[in-house]
Amino acid sequence: MLRDIFINPFVDMYEAPDLFLQTLWEGLVSGVLYALIALGFVLIFRSSRIFNFAQGIMVVFAALTLVGLYAYGIPAWIAVLLTLGVMFVLAVSIERVVLRPLVGQPDIILFMATIGVSLFLIGLGEIIFGGENKQMITSELGIPTGETLLEPWGGLLILPHLDITVVVVGGVLVAALLAFLNYTKMGRAIRALGDDHQAALSVGISLQTIWVLVWFIAGIIALVTGIAWGARAGVSFALEVIAYKALPVLMLGGLESITGAIVGGLMIGILEKLFDGYWGYPILGGNTETWFAFVLALIVLLFRPQGLFGERIIERV
Amino acid sequence: MLYRTAGQFKTSYEADQALFPVKQDAFLLGFILVLAWVIFPLTASEFTFQTLLIPILIYSLAALGLNILTGYAGQLSLGTAAFMGVGAYACYKMITIMPWMNPIIAILLSGVFSAGVGVAFGIPSLRIKGFYLAIATLAAQFFLVWLFEKWAWLYNYNASGAIQVPNLDIFGLYVSGPQADSIVQYYLVLFIVCLLTWVCINLTRGNLGRTWKATRDMDIAAELIGINLMKSKLTAFAISSYIVGVAGALFVFMWRGAAEPNLFDIPLSFRILFIAIIGGLGSILGNYLGAILIVGLPVVLNLVPEALGIPLSSSMVEHLNFMIVGGLIVFFLIVEPHGLAQLWRLLREKLILWPFPY
Repeated sequence: MLRDIFINPFVDMYEAPDLFLQTLWEGLVSGVLYALIALGFVLIFRSSRIFNFAQGIMVVFAALTLVGLYAYGIPAWIAVLLTLGVMFVLAVSIERVVLRPLVGQPDIILFMATIGVSLFLIGLGEIIFGGENKQMITSELGIPTGETLLEPWGGLLILPHLDITVVVVGGVLVAALLAFLNYTKMGRAIRALGDDHQAALSVGISLQTIWVLVWFIAGIIALVTGIAWGARAGVSFALEVIAYKALPVLMLGGLESITGAIVGGLMIGILEKLFDGYWGYPILGGNTETWFAFVLALIVLLFRPQGLFGERIIERV
Repeated sequence: MLYRTAGQFKTSYEADQALFPVKQDAFLLGFILVLAWVIFPLTASEFTFQTLLIPILIYSLAALGLNILTGYAGQLSLGTAAFMGVGAYACYKMITIMPWMNPIIAILLSGVFSAGVGVAFGIPSLRIKGFYLAIATLAAQFFLVWLFEKWAWLYNYNASGAIQVPNLDIFGLYVSGPQADSIVQYYLVLFIVCLLTWVCINLTRGNLGRTWKATRDMDIAAELIGINLMKSKLTAFAISSYIVGVAGALFVFMWRGAAEPNLFDIPLSFRILFIAIIGGLGSILGNYLGAILIVGLPVVLNLVPEALGIPLSSSMVEHLNFMIVGGLIVFFLIVEPHGLAQLWRLLREKLILWPFPY
């Protein structure tokens, strides 16, 4: 037993480095997606203290809208633009209908409201576009679908072009977001609001505009993640599971931290694949990915209650 | 008029602290109890028992357990369904290992197991707070459901991976399994729910309840006035998980009849959280009101299109249900964030003065 835990996995890694690299690669791909979803969460949380549970549903909803619009005969790229439009309308209406009346309520109430929103979106999405699993329009969007085979150390490493695209696009999107937050007026306003609500309001930053903006950014992120994940697993509401994966990422990285979301996402993506491949599957019977990330985050939290990069929690009576 | 409290004088502290300082409250509760114990069972059909009465009772018990933790002790938990699962599986194992066991005792004991698991997963709450804790309880949710699936001993190595409730009897009267009568199951559920509610009302009024409330309102301040936070939080986790576990055992044994691991997945947790929040956090009555709304609403919604003669496919109705429930949750949160219990409190104040404005 101890041998299985402490020695054998490392022997396996050493003996089959190609498999090890393959696992690392898969972890990296899902890690990029987790990081993206977590970024959506963090932006909303920083600017409005709302723990947005609907983020996962937004991913599915965006993907469904895209596929559904395409099915109505609209060209792929116009469908993407229209979906962005839908996400914008969604952002505005959530801000107007749900958030504005609930300003100042306890956190848990806002949190429940986002769960209500996600139920609503599930129903709406299924009524309009049907609940069955759909094919993502991968090739129509010009996403490459081939594979590159590498042979390091005489082994075999499969790099699907789709995954490479996901990593590149994800990386570019993260970089663009960081640039937006750091170098534009709007981005600075978002960060200011995250640092201090009162002060931000007093220098004339409009809360409503920023809220619509962050929800829209979350919508864009949702669309990108939806396309990427949908291309790998098909589009259905089962996709929302990945949103639950973003939660331990947030815990690990810290709820307020953008860096934390990125680092945490990559860490969890890679570690959970490694754990499942080398420990979970041989010892525990597999499928440990459902909980590993949570338990990892829980353990980290026991030592750093605010996450790796979160703001230090200072409590006063 | 109906609710006039004038003339009901309290002459001792004891009378002032009584469970029902106002006589009408006691009448009202008595009326509801008569309704639940006599009128409903006499008039309800099999359909009503199975789709309304029994599930409402079970869901409100689960929400009551969650409310102890979240509403009274202030520790947000998203893992309720998993603890229900622990109760259900514990009960199943006890019944199959010791078939001679009285089902009521087995159900009441099964809560002990989930209380143990609850305390184990409650330990992080000593360091983690707020949303971090909520996500931490999700660890329990996902881990336990995974365990129900992978640990074959729990479901007696069934090929299907599901647990099937056997026929159990108390003195020859079947209470669970395919041969049981709904009315017997209803009475058993009602008995346990009444018992645990009574315990909870008194717990939350007493010393322990006040400790919980102090912890909820501000845990550092509570610690400063000498409350042992560890004790307070862990007892909250233990008692809450106990009740939730019993609710889980009832859920499978008295209502569903069989259970697969994914029955205890996250949507069930959220459902119970909805009940607790829409009913009102920090209120006992709220759980029942919330359960009536959340369990009753889909049933009513299913009947409406038929009654109006609008032809809708069943999947359409299901999706509409999602939308309406989601919309209603948002609506209720906006209209009354403190839940239905608060509405009742306001109504009561109005009734006391009615028909005069002041």
